[in-house]
Amino acid sequence: MAEVFTKSMARNIYIGGSVFFLLLFLVLTFDTVNNEIPKRDNRENLTEQVVRGKLVWEENNCIGCHTLLGEGAYFAPELGNVYVRFGKSKEAIKGFIKGRPVEGIPGRRSMPQFNLTDEQLDDVAEFLKWTSEIDTNNWPPNIQG
Amino acid sequence: MPYSSQSIAKLYFIAAIGLFVGQILFGLIMGLQYVIGDFMFPAIPFNVARMVHTNLLIVWLLFGFMGASYYLVPEEAEREIYSPLLAKVLFWVFLVAGALTIVGYLLVPYAGLAQMTGNSILPTMGREFLEQPLVTKIGIVIVALGFLFNIGMTVLKGRKTVVTMVLLTGLTGLAVMFLFSFYNPENLVLDKYFWWWVVHLWVEGVWELILGAILAFVLIKVTGVDREIIEKWLYIIIAMTLITGILGTGHHYYWIGTPTYWQWLGSIFSALEPIPFFMMTLFAFNMVNRRRREHPNKVATLWALGTAVMAFLGAGVWGFMHTLAPVNYYTHGTQLTAAHGHMAFYGAYVMIVLTIISYSMPMMRGRVANSNKAQVVEMWSFWLMTVSMTFITLFLTAAGILQTYMQRMADVPQSFMVVQDKIAIFYWMREVAGLVFLIGLIVYLVSFFVDKDGDAVAEPSA
Repeated sequence: MAEVFTKSMARNIYIGGSVFFLLLFLVLTFDTVNNEIPKRDNRENLTEQVVRGKLVWEENNCIGCHTLLGEGAYFAPELGNVYVRFGKSKEAIKGFIKGRPVEGIPGRRSMPQFNLTDEQLDDVAEFLKWTSEIDTNNWPPNIQG
Repeated sequence: MPYSSQSIAKLYFIAAIGLFVGQILFGLIMGLQYVIGDFMFPAIPFNVARMVHTNLLIVWLLFGFMGASYYLVPEEAEREIYSPLLAKVLFWVFLVAGALTIVGYLLVPYAGLAQMTGNSILPTMGREFLEQPLVTKIGIVIVALGFLFNIGMTVLKGRKTVVTMVLLTGLTGLAVMFLFSFYNPENLVLDKYFWWWVVHLWVEGVWELILGAILAFVLIKVTGVDREIIEKWLYIIIAMTLITGILGTGHHYYWIGTPTYWQWLGSIFSALEPIPFFMMTLFAFNMVNRRRREHPNKVATLWALGTAVMAFLGAGVWGFMHTLAPVNYYTHGTQLTAAHGHMAFYGAYVMIVLTIISYSMPMMRGRVANSNKAQVVEMWSFWLMTVSMTFITLFLTAAGILQTYMQRMADVPQSFMVVQDKIAIFYWMREVAGLVFLIGLIVYLVSFFVDKDGDAVAEPSA
């Protein structure tokens, strides 16, 4: 059997297989990015404020504790649907972030006090609202995230 | 050790092990924060500890891959490293850049670090695993390019083997895919789509080529099996890796604003991803069973077999468990992901680096293998770390199943924090298993100093 299946056959499967699936992946990516994502990502509402909010999200490393659409750390609640969970209220989101105690809560997990400005709070809340309106194929399964 | 420049690897391996210790210490801090929420708060909040834990892992594995390359490429290419000086300079650049970045994480609030390092020029920070400031990312690219040039020139000017060509392909892929870390679209959906081109195409793509090449090299050395046979296995394993793994990226495209066809493609192809890992297990055991020599370095062989088995369990079995879209709908982003991540990284990448260290370190210290006593101590560390990692994975799996049920499937789903409190017992047990892992790591460190002057095992006649 060893003689029937040679090293050069193995090499050809490796090169041919990789190139074929790489090209297929690129074609599918082209379709996803150009034809499919625009129908789902709610881009008509992707304002300057949402973009600024994403930067606030990134520059405070929110992903280091939370998940966003299920990706990130698993220490704190999912935030892709937090806007819905908080009763579609940006004020509730802002109030929560603003109200975190500086020294934490004895014995319990607590979000740090980030000292965000009012503008940053508005921006990040708007970013979370926009995120909640992405078509995620009905994920998460329920409001608890 | 036929070529003196191979010894550059020693520098890289020592740094790798040092950073590994740091990674585990921060892992224990995070584990405690899971159950004692205000532990070290606000000095080291969880997000900082996690960033240090994951970034140290990535950096020490990269040190390990680079050390492995500097060790095995001269032997395969049958010539000295193209530029030993460049290898040493890049080592210090990478170590200092890495250390400064970690110190930055710990001493400066992240938002301040972003401001200091000019994140607004080209925002790339604050994305999982890619948290490094822009300047560090640029540093990584420079080090990677210099390293690739050095290794590439050594390969091209010497004997070209399948092992070195596969290794070089993997390393090039690693560097190329990292360039996507500079691409951060303002649109979160696109950001996430291309973020996976770094993360998935690294660990479930090109890194597996590096893993395969290192494993093949060690197996050639310790078993003495004909290179032709080993190279054929290597080709077919990496063929299956890329055939399944590239479209397998689709298993990350279920719930992030991407079309439903990825649920089919991602499920089918990622369900096949265990195949190359299973073949790797068959490969390692087959080669050892058909060995033509009794290499005195028994513990290196143990690591080689261990990495094949644990990579199959962690990446293959634990990955398969939650990869099908209908299952993943409920398990996505729970402790099951953490369970899988821990065993997969340990089995596939930590253990392969420890395999090549175990094989090459004695050579670089002037003997074919360590004394029997030192090898036994190292074997203890193998079992302590591997068994405790298995328990970490099992406890996180139990936590993840309960979390999935209570938060996502029960008639009355409960909130995240309520569920976290209910599964705390599993986090406590995970922390205990983590402490055992630390003990295993300490035993591992000790093994380098045990019986240093004892009778080293002599070179056997081939």
